[in-house]
Amino acid sequence: MAAGLFKEGIAPGRLPTTQYADNFSDLHPPLDRHEAVVEADRCYFCYDAPCMQACPTSIDIPLFIRQIATGNPLGSAKTILEQNILGGMCARVCPTETLCEEVCVREVAEGKPVQIGRLQRYATDVAMAQDKQFFPRAAPTGKKIAVVGAGPAGLACAHRLAVKGHDVTIYEAKPKAGGLNEYGIAAYKSVDGFAQAEVDYILAVGGITIQNGKAMGRDFTLAELTASHDAVFLGMGLAGVNALGGEGEEAQGVRDAVDFIAELRQASDLSSLPIGRRVVVLGGGMTAIDAAVQAKLLGAEEVTICYRRGKESMNASTYEQDLAAANGVTIRHWMQPKRIVGVNGVTVGIELEYTAVDGGRLVGTGETLTLAADQVFKAIGQSFDAAPLNGSGPSVVLEKGRIKVDEEGRTSMSKVWAGGDCVVDAREDLTVAAVAAGRDAAESIHRTLTANGRA
Amino acid sequence: MADLSSNFVGIKSPNPFWLASAPPTDKAYNVERAFKAGWGGVVWKTLGEEGPPVVNVNGPRYGAIWGADRRLLGLNNIELITDRDLYVNLREIKQVKKNWPDRALVVSLMVPCVEEAWKAILPLVEETEADGIELNFGCPHGMSERGMGAAVGQVPEYVEMVVRWCKANTRMPVITKLTPNISDIRKPARAAHAGGTDAVSLINTINSITGVNLDTFSPEPMIDGKGTHGGYCGPAVKPIAMNMVAEIARDPETAGLPISGIGGITTWRDAAEFMALGAGNVQVCTAAMTYGFKVVQEMIAGLEAWMDEKGHRTLSDVIGRATPNVTDWQYLNLNYVAKAKINQDLCIKCGRCHIACEDTSHQAITSLVDGARHFEVMEEECVGCNLCVNVCPVENCITMEPLAAGTLDKRTGEVVKPVYANWTTHPNNPSAQVAAE
Ligand SMILES: Cc1cc2nc3c(=O)[nH]c(=O)nc-3n(C[C@H](O)[C@H](O)[C@H](O)COP(=O)(O)OP(=O)(O)OC[C@H]3O[C@@H](n4cnc5c(N)ncnc54)[C@H](O)[C@@H]3O)c2cc1C
Ligand SMILES: Cc1cc2nc3c(=O)[nH]c(=O)nc-3n(C[C@H](O)[C@H](O)[C@H](O)COP(=O)(O)O)c2cc1C
Ligand code: SF4
Ligand code: SF4
Ligand code: SF4
Repeated sequence: MAAGLFKEGIAPGRLPTTQYADNFSDLHPPLDRHEAVVEADRCYFCYDAPCMQACPTSIDIPLFIRQIATGNPLGSAKTILEQNILGGMCARVCPTETLCEEVCVREVAEGKPVQIGRLQRYATDVAMAQDKQFFPRAAPTGKKIAVVGAGPAGLACAHRLAVKGHDVTIYEAKPKAGGLNEYGIAAYKSVDGFAQAEVDYILAVGGITIQNGKAMGRDFTLAELTASHDAVFLGMGLAGVNALGGEGEEAQGVRDAVDFIAELRQASDLSSLPIGRRVVVLGGGMTAIDAAVQAKLLGAEEVTICYRRGKESMNASTYEQDLAAANGVTIRHWMQPKRIVGVNGVTVGIELEYTAVDGGRLVGTGETLTLAADQVFKAIGQSFDAAPLNGSGPSVVLEKGRIKVDEEGRTSMSKVWAGGDCVVDAREDLTVAAVAAGRDAAESIHRTLTANGRA
Repeated sequence: MADLSSNFVGIKSPNPFWLASAPPTDKAYNVERAFKAGWGGVVWKTLGEEGPPVVNVNGPRYGAIWGADRRLLGLNNIELITDRDLYVNLREIKQVKKNWPDRALVVSLMVPCVEEAWKAILPLVEETEADGIELNFGCPHGMSERGMGAAVGQVPEYVEMVVRWCKANTRMPVITKLTPNISDIRKPARAAHAGGTDAVSLINTINSITGVNLDTFSPEPMIDGKGTHGGYCGPAVKPIAMNMVAEIARDPETAGLPISGIGGITTWRDAAEFMALGAGNVQVCTAAMTYGFKVVQEMIAGLEAWMDEKGHRTLSDVIGRATPNVTDWQYLNLNYVAKAKINQDLCIKCGRCHIACEDTSHQAITSLVDGARHFEVMEEECVGCNLCVNVCPVENCITMEPLAAGTLDKRTGEVVKPVYANWTTHPNNPSAQVAAE
């Protein structure tokens, strides 16, 4: 055991240097060819398959699995990518246990679904290893489209538009493309620089230019984009973070979980990344789990997730909760943050109040508990930052704090579509949902731009 | 406890499981190991006439087909008869028989189709004290090109002639091993019977090509870019072999002729099925070549357990019990009406039954009922074909339920009749013997 484990406060290098690579290796190692064929054979090739209906991008799952079983992984990859050009990332990050695999008839029958996610990864890995492009671009249409944000929504939209022959420019505030694939997804779900490899694969279709470091609202306005392009797609994700509204939030050691994860994802040397000896994570979603597990993997001795409601209300799936438990994270329910305990502005603990539901409302019971903590991560939700939309003349209508769109992804503003986390729709905030939204908006844009036979 | 001891044409063995003539029985070393593992008997790998032994290819001699987890489903080989010296084999046979007096040891033979050749080898085999001989009229490759094996087995007249020579020249029981590479298996069986054989054994292997290499366009197994049809065996051939056994068992001309059942036997259940169809014992090759000799322990224990459970005391309680139930199509009861029925508690809603029936059969299974995914048989469309039962991934989820006499068949609108009636009397049959009703 490295001495680093017992360093007080927030410190780097808690583990032996060789341990990091192990801790952050693939959560689900890839299937080899034989494993994939055997697993593929478990699929019943269902009629009107339930898994396919559960996939937000409607991938023809029985077909792609059958193509693996018959030794045609490239054909399989094409079936996947046709519907979901980020099929490789989705294979790694989709909470399959609440999507396709949840409704797989073999899950229903025997609690052991066909491992659709891992099979999808197998096929897309084969295609990407060969840099096989399946979708040649149509003849140029001369239409110019701007996409704001190079996350899953923006990339999926751009790719579909490029395939249709349009020219796309993506404006991305961050230095790298990929959105949360690059900055947010847990490190052990996307190893070996996969996010960038996938971006490169998508861009290889041609016709897409990315301008990094270009933020709407700072470097240009929406009005300028609509003036200079035939259409605009907004895929800006959720740039804002919810505040605790508690006392002492500004103490050193209190941090947004998404910032911590982004730093971790960008770190070239994980042993140099500081982490607290005792870490408390506030929240009950995927971000809370990811932050907690990765804190533990970095060598934090004690990691506790505190959630203000019961287990059943957590946004994180049972699978994710179990993953946290298996990594030694403690999950505590029915408690909300009251005060950060600081000494000289440095966090040493957190005071929490127990909660209960009273007449349908969540209330504090008045009883409190103080946990020792060097570091507190806030994972209590992200929000859409509407500021960059402002100052563009007629404004885009919002609803519940996000952009309002119709079923095709059209905003209230003509020539402007939106999709992904930044819109309010029935879809969950998931990578795969963002891909579906981007793709569908692209189809809508294409229909609009080519209406009346005009290409 | 059931008694598995077997007496096949006077040859006794502690159980009915023999190893078929093939590589597992090519040497004393293998056969000793087999007996230690518990095999009741062996048919020694086929011996040829005196002189320089045959040669085998020096490249692959096996090809195969597999299920998804590399489960071997069918094996194919282009091996010839033993490539070891005749006298080495005979010495070993004699010694093994001496070491294992309670086990059956039969010697397989294949020599040219002239009486002198058979007259020459038979006394040599007798001298070993082996329990009997098996005439290999089956080998479908290599040897048949030289006028032996299947080349004899495919001509009933030759079969009868050679059997007759053997019966005239030895006191040992003669088992005639038949090739399945023939359109009517009863013909060579009748010929062997006419020649006086004590029993037939079947099947030998089936002419086959297991695969084609799509890079080199050569058949598998491939020797230097070329291939030849090999003999197919293993689980895949079992249904074909069982039909052939049943055809002989129910042929009035060969009634009572003992049969040694061979072909794809892998488990106790396979063996029990062969015996129920009329086989007096069974022989196994591929299962042993796939899993080793230990598989016989499962076969023995399984057969025993099943016989105990069903109250069968000896093998004769089982042998031939299914034979009378094998009949011609024309005698099947056309008044037997069955309908598929789906057990909704077991159904996992995969929809395979629906799409099979919808696309390829009789449009008799729903997929949506009141807007919900639901699979149910529509009796008014179901012809009772059993396809859905066979494609359903859940065992016993779909069953075929016979309609009781007197109930209405909603498809035909007719009431099920209580009497047996077959095609021979059906009104649609131009040569019906009796007009129906
Ligand atoms: C920590 C964390 C873990 C997650 N884990 C999973 C998971 O395991 N599985 C899963 O399915 N989902 C997961 N999600 C959710 C998933 O990442 C998102 O739903 C998805 O990335 C949304 O895609 P998007 O394209 O809408 O937005 P984003 O991925 O957020 O991309 C938006 C892009 O727009 C850029 N941008 C924003 N504002 C501007 C501007 N003004 N000008 C220019 N560019 C701008 C951003 O820099 C960013 O690159 C996770 C989310 C988080 C926060
Ligand atoms: C490699 C190999 C060699 C064989 N050689 C002989 C042989 O020499 N003589 C013979 O009568 N049958 C031979 N057979 C056929 C087997 O005895 C047996 O009839 C056939 O394999 C079917 O049984 P199974 O399905 O249990 O393998 C051979 C089979 C194999 C696989
Ligand atoms: S539900 Fe499961 S078994 Fe059916 S097609 Fe989908 S993956 Fe295959
Ligand atoms: S038995 Fe045949 S006809 Fe009847 S439901 Fe099944 S598949 Fe259809
Ligand atoms: S095939 Fe079987 S399990 Fe599948 S829907 Fe039909 S009855 Fe149900």
